[in-house]
Amino acid sequence: MNTSEGGSAPLPTPPPEGCAGKASARTDASLLKRRNAKLVGGVVIGLVLCLAAVLAPWLTPHDPNRQDLSAIRRPPVWMGGAGDHPLGTDSLGRDLLSRLLWSSRVAVMVAVGATLCAAVIGTPVGLVSGYFRGRVDTVLMRVVDVWMSIPAVLLAIALMAVLGVGLLKVILAIVLVDWTRFARVIRGEVLALREREFVEASRAIGLGPFRIMAEELLPNLVPLLIVLASLEMAIAVGVEALLSFVGLGVEAAVPSWGSMIAEGRGYLLVGWWGMTLPMLALVVTVVGFNLLGEGLRERLDPRLRTEAAR
Amino acid sequence: MLLQVKDLTVRYGGHLAVWEAGFTLGEGEVLGLVGESGAGKSTIGRALLRLVPEPGRIVSGAITFKGRDLLGLPEAELRALRGAEITLIPQDPLAALNPAFRIGLQATDALAIHRGLSRREAEGVMARLLARMGIPDPEDALRRYPHELSGGMRQRVLIAIAFSCGPSLLVADEPTTSLDVTTQAQILRLLDGLRSETGVATCFITHDLGVVAHLTHRVAILYAGCLVEQAPTDRILAAPLHPYTRALVRSLPLDGIMPALQGPPQACPFSDRCPERMAICDTAHPPLKSVGAGHQVACHLY
Amino acid sequence: MSVRYLLGRVGLALLSLWGVTVLAFVVLRVIPGDPALLMAPVGASQADIAEIRAQFGLSGPIWLQYVAWVWGTVRGRFGKSLWLQQDAIRVILERLPATLELALAALVLAVAGGILLGVLSVLWRRTWFESATLGVGTLGLSIPNFIWGLLFIVFFGALLRWLPISGRIAPDFDMAPLTGFLLVDTLLRRDPGAFASVTAHLILPAAALALPLLAVVFRAVRSDLLTAVNEEYVVMERMKGLGELRIIFWRALKNALIPTTTLVGVQFGFLIGGTVLIEAIFSWPGIGQLTLAAFQYRDFPLIQGIVVVYAVTVILTNFLVDLGYAFLNPKVRYA
Repeated sequence: MNTSEGGSAPLPTPPPEGCAGKASARTDASLLKRRNAKLVGGVVIGLVLCLAAVLAPWLTPHDPNRQDLSAIRRPPVWMGGAGDHPLGTDSLGRDLLSRLLWSSRVAVMVAVGATLCAAVIGTPVGLVSGYFRGRVDTVLMRVVDVWMSIPAVLLAIALMAVLGVGLLKVILAIVLVDWTRFARVIRGEVLALREREFVEASRAIGLGPFRIMAEELLPNLVPLLIVLASLEMAIAVGVEALLSFVGLGVEAAVPSWGSMIAEGRGYLLVGWWGMTLPMLALVVTVVGFNLLGEGLRERLDPRLRTEAAR
Repeated sequence: MLLQVKDLTVRYGGHLAVWEAGFTLGEGEVLGLVGESGAGKSTIGRALLRLVPEPGRIVSGAITFKGRDLLGLPEAELRALRGAEITLIPQDPLAALNPAFRIGLQATDALAIHRGLSRREAEGVMARLLARMGIPDPEDALRRYPHELSGGMRQRVLIAIAFSCGPSLLVADEPTTSLDVTTQAQILRLLDGLRSETGVATCFITHDLGVVAHLTHRVAILYAGCLVEQAPTDRILAAPLHPYTRALVRSLPLDGIMPALQGPPQACPFSDRCPERMAICDTAHPPLKSVGAGHQVACHLY
Repeated sequence: MSVRYLLGRVGLALLSLWGVTVLAFVVLRVIPGDPALLMAPVGASQADIAEIRAQFGLSGPIWLQYVAWVWGTVRGRFGKSLWLQQDAIRVILERLPATLELALAALVLAVAGGILLGVLSVLWRRTWFESATLGVGTLGLSIPNFIWGLLFIVFFGALLRWLPISGRIAPDFDMAPLTGFLLVDTLLRRDPGAFASVTAHLILPAAALALPLLAVVFRAVRSDLLTAVNEEYVVMERMKGLGELRIIFWRALKNALIPTTTLVGVQFGFLIGGTVLIEAIFSWPGIGQLTLAAFQYRDFPLIQGIVVVYAVTVILTNFLVDLGYAFLNPKVRYA
């Protein structure tokens, strides 16, 4: 006499007895705190960066490109330097604080510009590929595969060597190198999403594929896109720094953390601040964007079915 | 007394899976732990091996096995017991086998660890054991990966593993629930045969009273983490006392769903679904009382 | 392993190789200005320029140029490096072992380190150790590897002076290369002092190169292991009496490694790309060091050679990784 609930549906595997959620120990209060800390940290850093970038012209005591050969390699204030150059000067007597602040503009412009363009290019490719599947998907993904066979750094350097230096060209290079990331991840998510009922329903009504993609799929991709964007901004800033470091980034007249690092390296043993301060600024920025991305991902996780893998 | 459980309480984060459960098991006895999904029976079974999955924790109570306090035992000594003296047959045979390793390796673990056999010797023993389980070509099965075997065969392997070191206590956690009906009957027959042959004491966890009727000496009924009735099998089937047990035995329909305890119960957990509900049922938790002839019930009616 | 799977992987590799030849071909011809003019020395006559054009296959219909280019590439003929006045392929092959040794050392470090940290962070979960490793993970991922390189140089090289920061071996050792892989060479010559020197020189650049990949591996392994330790089969293994460390390291890990393998394959491309900067920073005599100069001098033969060699390395690695994946995953292996 079977008096149990209907059918022989097996019990879920541990923890079975009505415990909330997956068998994850990650419901401790300390972990929630950590999750929020990431998000908070990321947002704070992002805000500080934006403020620095926007307010740079007003915050800087000096013209970042003004050379003063009588005041080269001055140390920062707390190491015996003069007050008019709070963070010291570089080999050409240029004020480091001003240069650091102006470099943040470059960082923000590159981060936002490259991320927007990469998303604009990569997302449709991912959408189309994931939605139509079959031959379209195979072809597009092969292109992506081949594109990704060339190491990113190499491709970026090659592009810059071909295009010449300049901020816009840097953005273009980063976009060309990294759009594939968006395509891949979005495709993965679309593959999962398209199996859901609301897509079936839309198809049943007779909505065309492009309308479905625009009106049904895209809104559901927004959380994932936000996470991807944050992570992409970190990468963009890093690549720009790398390119400027080797002299293939922004124009010489534009201050950038990458070029500051290269410059400061020249007199490292005499004065560490020339290289270390821009490195610190770069590290904080990049880590900040990453924290933001990770914090957002953890916050939005239940709504994401697949991980926005790097 | 082989096994004594007293006031066992298990908590999963915000909710109590088991509340002050207590029972005993003598050598060779079979106790059926019956309840619906979420009642706490699986948790009790795993608690006997101290294998309650995270984030569950045993917060109070005592488990005494052959005179030893299991809850106070250091991990190393516990590991010596697990797999040899106390074993488990899990519910989902596919999930219970590591997909990346061959059956042979997984099946010989217990023998290698507890009896010091070499893998080769152990495979020989297991091959014979698997043959007794009714697996047609044991050597071949040992060479295969879990996904290559059928559900019934996997469960036989797991049963063989559980019996391989001659345990004194066996916990069978719904061993047939994920199998099809024909295979269920075969496996149950197999289990019963093995049990009577080896005389192992068994804690049989199930939601199916029909299974319990043929295989157990005594039955304990669980509801919302609380033990509500305990008695020899024929007594409980012939004369169930607790209203919940009555509903189970007589297939009576019940409205509502089983609650999940958030804290120590202040009332009878079954009260809102109970056809014999009284005022006191909502204000006081009924203690487990003996009503004679090995029959205990937790209900204000008695 | 099914033949279909194998053929599929080979096909993909070949396709990628072909794609790379197209890309490298296109890049040269996309440059603003006439490449022949750019390559010609100052004051060259029309005849000289025409000769350069012929030499580098820059004349004639485009499809013919492409065919000639592919044919040349397959035979490894990239032409003569303008800057070094030697066969580009010879220059590249001479320096290739240095880069490969560095990349492989970094790969081993990254994978071993990532796995070790992942296993330990799960074994010791909910302790300070786990929090510490998570922090390291984030830092490793976010910070570009050239920054790590510079940090190591400053810290371990300049400040602490524990490790050397340039070159592959101390100058006082006279090493005529045998295989070009100095670790192997020093062992073959039974020279422990040289071996130690090579290892010491290898540590910092390899570590800087490895960190981002280490963080990725760490995260992947950890995430898979965290799911695994709550799976039923792990409970069964505990039931049988296996110890926690043994379970995590020898049983759960194999399951976690399967998806990690593909991940490593994808990320290896980034690692290889990283050699460009790391070699420059650490004065490591490999192809990476060559790359920046080649681009700055617009040494097209060399550039093309470098791009193709890098791409081939990545494609080959991905292919091997795919094979490794099929080997590890019994469901694919016996399909």
